[in-house]
Amino acid sequence: MGTETGFTWLKEKEEAGAQLCVRSGILIIQMHADLDHHNALWIREQADKMIERQNVKHILFDFTGVEFMDSSGIGVIMGRYKKVIFTGGKAAVCNVGSAVDRIMRMSGLYKIIEKYDNLEEALKGLC
Amino acid sequence: MELLDNYENEAELVFDSVSRNEGFARMVAAVFTAQINPTIEELNDVKTAVSEAVTNCIIHGYPNIKGKIKMTLRLKKRQLEVTIEDEGVGIVDIEKAMEPLYTTRPDMERSGMGFAFMEAFMNDLKVESEPGHGTKVFLRKIFSDNPDSE
Ligand SMILES: Nc1ncnc2c1ncn2[C@@H]1O[C@H](COP(=O)(O)OP(=O)(O)OP(=O)(O)O)[C@@H](O)[C@H]1O
Ligand SMILES: [Mg+2]
Repeated sequence: MGTETGFTWLKEKEEAGAQLCVRSGILIIQMHADLDHHNALWIREQADKMIERQNVKHILFDFTGVEFMDSSGIGVIMGRYKKVIFTGGKAAVCNVGSAVDRIMRMSGLYKIIEKYDNLEEALKGLC
Repeated sequence: MELLDNYENEAELVFDSVSRNEGFARMVAAVFTAQINPTIEELNDVKTAVSEAVTNCIIHGYPNIKGKIKMTLRLKKRQLEVTIEDEGVGIVDIEKAMEPLYTTRPDMERSGMGFAFMEAFMNDLKVESEPGHGTKVFLRKIFSDNPDSE
């Protein structure tokens, strides 16, 4: 925590909704906050910038630490899926907790998006 | 849908239609509901339903302006009633709007699952709306008996 000014801030710095990186053609989106409309807007913007500028074939959403998702999450996953499918790409999710899993199952998302237990399995499966 | 009379505890919250308030609204609903000691899953049900209703007010009710959203929470024994209302554009065909997968905003990556989730996760859902005047969503949940609560 920042003590330089004598104040103790609640958060060290403004938290981003997710961390994004591209590894061997796979855009990995590691989220660490509730995936609602507010965060979906931010993730969509960042992800599309990377899809445009870098060589992205597949997309992987890592849900480690995400305890909540609503219909906005479905929209953001489906939207990114549609961006890669035309070039033969796939979309996948991993480390999905039970609350998020329920939403994904009910929405029928798993009919088109693959689910993996962890990051390692997902990277293996997508390559 | 009958409103709870003789409720034991009521809270009312009015907030702006900005996306940051989605998390705020569902946390408030969760903390209010926590006083009857629900299961974790029941609490998630409430959070999801509130999130869907509030997001709808922000995206659909007030598409181009910042308006006010009012959330009312009422508890009576092991029943929770939530109403979420806006004074936005309203819904022309409510029945159609409530059909799963129906959305008027596919351009905004909406999938038409909001009302379906509210219906699935709560015991009752009712929608009142008038074009040009706004929308009011009633949600009710009946919680399982918790042997450890007084
Ligand atoms: N508060 C509201 N004001 C105006 N129109 C609304 C409101 N809530 C819902 N609607 C209308 O009802 C439709 C269905 O809502 P629903 O939440 O089921 O799906 P969605 O919001 O379009 O998509 P999703 O919730 O999956 O992101 C919306 O597309 C919109 O046209
Ligand atoms: Mg919705």
